[in-house]
Order: sequence, then C-alpha cells, then structure tokens
Amino acid sequence: MSTTAKPIDNGVNVQALLDAREALSQAPEAAQFTWRAKCEWVKGTHSRSTVEGFFGLGEEQKHRKKYSFEADHPEVFASEDNAATPVEMVLAGLASCLTAGVAAVAQRREIQLRSVTATLEGGMDIQGILGIDSDVRNGFDGIKVTFDIDADATKDEIKAIVAQSQKRSAVFDVVTNPTNVTVEVI
Amino acid sequence: MTRFMRTTTVVIGAGHAGLAMSRCLTARSIDHVVLERGEVANSWKTERWDSLRLLTPNWQSRLPGFKYRGDDPDGYRTMPQTIDLIEQYAEMIAAPIQTNTVVKSVIRSDDGYQVATSQGDWQCRTVVLAAGACNVATIPAAAAGVPSSIKTLTPIQYRNPDQLEPGGVMVVGASASGTQIAEELHRSGRPVTLSLGEHVRVPRVYRGRDIKWWMDAVGVLDEFYTEVDDINRVRNVPSLQLAGSDDRRTVDLNSLTDIGVKLVGRLAGMADGKAQFSGSLPNLCSLADLKMNRLLDRIDEWVAEHMGAGEIDPPHRFDTTRVEASPPLSMDLTNGEIKTIIWATGFRPDHSWIDVPAFDRKGRLKHDGGVVESPGMYLMGIPFLRRRKSSLIDGAGDDARDLSAHLAAHLDGRVLVPSACYAEQTAGGAT
Repeated sequence: MSTTAKPIDNGVNVQALLDAREALSQAPEAAQFTWRAKCEWVKGTHSRSTVEGFFGLGEEQKHRKKYSFEADHPEVFASEDNAATPVEMVLAGLASCLTAGVAAVAQRREIQLRSVTATLEGGMDIQGILGIDSDVRNGFDGIKVTFDIDADATKDEIKAIVAQSQKRSAVFDVVTNPTNVTVEVI
Repeated sequence: MTRFMRTTTVVIGAGHAGLAMSRCLTARSIDHVVLERGEVANSWKTERWDSLRLLTPNWQSRLPGFKYRGDDPDGYRTMPQTIDLIEQYAEMIAAPIQTNTVVKSVIRSDDGYQVATSQGDWQCRTVVLAAGACNVATIPAAAAGVPSSIKTLTPIQYRNPDQLEPGGVMVVGASASGTQIAEELHRSGRPVTLSLGEHVRVPRVYRGRDIKWWMDAVGVLDEFYTEVDDINRVRNVPSLQLAGSDDRRTVDLNSLTDIGVKLVGRLAGMADGKAQFSGSLPNLCSLADLKMNRLLDRIDEWVAEHMGAGEIDPPHRFDTTRVEASPPLSMDLTNGEIKTIIWATGFRPDHSWIDVPAFDRKGRLKHDGGVVESPGMYLMGIPFLRRRKSSLIDGAGDDARDLSAHLAAHLDGRVLVPSACYAEQTAGGAT
C-alpha cells in the first residue's frame, strides 16, 4: 500500500468503463444491446453454435472474429461426447461473468489480483429431463460457486468484491431470475 | 383577474423540514409563508402506522434553536410524541403557517413562481419544497399479477394487524418499514413470509451505545453529498433495518427468523398466481453483513483513536445472516395461505404538481444538493439531499442553514455554488 508501489493492474480499463457509464446515463437508448447466437445441428446431440455480430451503442457491432462453441452430451447419455454439455456451458458462462466482474471490481477498488479460480457445481436430478417425475424440474436444483482468490486484500475485502460482482453480473441475474423466452418456428 | 397574495418565499409543507427552513428564513428576515395541506406534522398524523416510533433516539431530534431536554434521551418517540415535538417547534419559532391549504400547482413567473392553492394564489420569488419524501409508495410491476383474492396494503395505508384478515402475509421489502411490519404481523399470529432485495443491516446497539449515536459521533451522518461515489445510487439505498423500542432490541433478518418469519428472495415476477423469487438471497444477505461490518470497523477505529481503554464495551461482531440452504423460488398465492401482501418497497415524493422544466427522464426533480435546476426553487427532506442525515429530523437544520444561505444570495442577485453553502452556523444565529 506504499505510494511507490507499482500501479494496480488487473488488465481492466476501469476509466473506459466509468466513461461509458457516464455517457450512457446521458443517452440511455445507446445502452440497448441485443446479443445473438446461431446454432446448427451436427448429428445426434452434437451441435455447433457461433457468435459474431451483436447490436449496441445504436448500431451493429462485430466481434474481432467469429467464435464457435460445440456442445454434445456425454457417453453415459448414450451420446458421443464430442464437446461439453450445454448445462456445463451455462456454468462456464456464469463463472466467466462473475470472474470478469471480480477483476473489474478489484481494479475499481485498487486491489491487485494474483490469481482467481472459480469452481462451480450444479446439482441436477435427471428424473426431470427424462420425464420420470413431473415434480422434478429440468434445470439445476442449485448452483454452488466457490472462489479461491489470491489478492492484496483482507478476507472481507475479497468477499465484498465477490458479492459486488454477483450484484452486477448479467449471467447471475439470468440464472437467478425468471426470463421470458419465446421460441418460434419459421 | 386573479389577485395574488405576495411574499418572498413560499415554503410548502409544515413538517420538520419546512419548519427548520422557516426558522432560518426568519433569522434572515426573509418574508415567507409555510403552506400546509392539512395540519402541522400532517403525514406523521395521517400516514404512519400506530406502533411506529422514531428510529432515532430522543436526543438526536435536534432542530435549529431546539434540543431535547427531557429525562429519556435514549428513548424513541411514539407518533403522538413526534407530533407534539413538531407542533411545539412550530409554536416556538412562531412559524407563519397557513394550514388546510393544498398546493395545486407551482409554475414559473417573470420574477419567481406562482403557487396556486385551495386557499388562493401566491406570487413569490422563491419556493422551498418540503412536502416530504414518502408521499407515494412505490410498488413493483409484479403487483399487477397478484390474484384479486389477496388484499394489498402499503405502509402508508397500514395501521395495525387488526386491519388484516387472519392468515398468512407476504411482506415485500426489508427496510425499516418492511422488517418492523413483518415482526408486528408475525407476532399477531399471521405467519409472515418476507421477500427481500437489497437491504441495510445494522444493530440497534453496539458496544453499549445506540448505532445512531455512533453514526453521529464518527461522522457518518455528516457525510456530504459531494463526498460519495455515486449520489444517485446512495439516494436510493433502502432505509436501515431499525426499530425504536423500550428494550432497544435489534430487528434484523436473524431476529425475524428466530420468531418464525420465513425469508425468501427478491420478488422477481408473478406468473399464473405464483410469486417468483430471485435466487440471489444469499448474496444480498452477504452484501448486507459485509457492509455492516465495514461500519463496525469504522466505529472501532474511531474508538481506538478517540476513547480511552475501559471507557466503552469491547468490540465484537454479530452472527452472519442465516439463510436456509434452498429458500423457495416460488409461492402459490391462490391456495388461500397468503391473505395479504404488504408492499414495503419504498417511497417517492409526489412532485406532480410542480411545473418547471427540471425533471430528469425518470421523473425526478433535478437538483444539486437541494438547489433545484430552476432558479429560486429548493428541495428539502429527501434521503441524502446534502448529507447522510438529510432524511432525519436531525438533518433538517444543517440543510436549512445551507439552503437558506443560497436562497438569500439568490434574492440578492448572487449565485452561490450549491455544494459550497456549508452550514453557516452564524447565519442569523439560527443554530
């Protein structure tokens, strides 16, 4: 904490985020984003999703390149296990969102991170998806996230960063709150 | 031709905030009138539940020229006692109050404002809005989906448990109102489910002193609006979980769980007669616990600097908030278990009668520490207007001193920087 220490750098440009926040609070219409994904069936339970374009700041935007994600089911489900299971991708999405939040909040609070590891577990009773018991839901019966963080901070400061990250996380909101989903066939 | 009554300043609202301003204006010899829609202390008389007591101890309700001299400084005023306090203060300062005068509109005129009321119209150069911060109960959008068999009440309408049928109650919101009403209803034999979002946990007493004593001593309540990171966020933080009682007990989520209140997550939606709750309850409780501990750390640091050893009880920490492993994510509102819902989901001021081009896109009056973006208009008595204590009776004095200085300068044709008007204690001796 001495004044000659090298500046805190978690690789997050907090100033740019704060500037964007200020700008968007004056122009809320530019804050309207649309995220997209496209998925093609490959074979069996194997599929390939791609993301490239999205809308935001009032115009079409593009990632630097097209990203693709494969998904499949494991062999115990009589599948070929060509890739991760979609529910694991949900856990990965939650983990990445919370981890990004941890880095940003720590940067904002001038706390140097050395390592951040999140371990996630989602419990599921597959009697739901198999239609055995209609009282069992299809989705997770709960998700447990465990963070192991090495940083120049007290335990409570680290806990506060993790708590704040949850408070501002899009994926955490998506999985903890209901969302209307409309599915159409063309 | 409308005949106008004329004065320099119209103060709207004869509660503690309007009266504190009246006292400061009198000290500056600024001609004014205080318009009150009902009687003095109107909302304390008509919009509070029966058992409510002030959340601040008696000694702390200081007003310009008034401090508590009774024999129970650490007690908490009942509503009749609070009304007495405000009525006596109005009399003591001989405030020029016109009661039973409903303000219908405030519009700009060439040299100030026209204030139309049920008792005639006023022309003035400056207006002080002191009509309260809790005029309207805010209700979440999900309320539209509540089955019609369920009765709903806001804290403004709630008086006592007898108003409710026997049976279960869902209280939505865990600020001071929500937690106190949840406790009272549950103790009345109506099983309460408390749906909670962000909340602020504090103990009533810490190291032998009232938490408000600490917040005052340490300087928390005097924090200025320019010192905080994001004033818009801070102004919307829910009120502290506190209750005023003879035994100075803490009313928090753990004490509510102890008596059998069931905690569920934030009300996230309403679908097919079912209330849906967010799965974020553990984090919200964790945020509140961590925030409370930061306040206690700050108090401990202050004690270490300012008090001698043995002068005060030793530091300690409270149990973390207990949350069950898998709180329910939905609740059927059609099976007859829940008879009543209490929307303790916050309040907002009613400024619908103010016609000035100074509202933001969310319909909030734009102001800089109470100096409204409409020259000569001032706002009083809302959360963190100028200081953390601005919503307390105890906060009205400093805010009135600051804003009356700005108002006086405005009348002289000078423009002061709103944040630079800083409690001029010498102004007319109105301390």
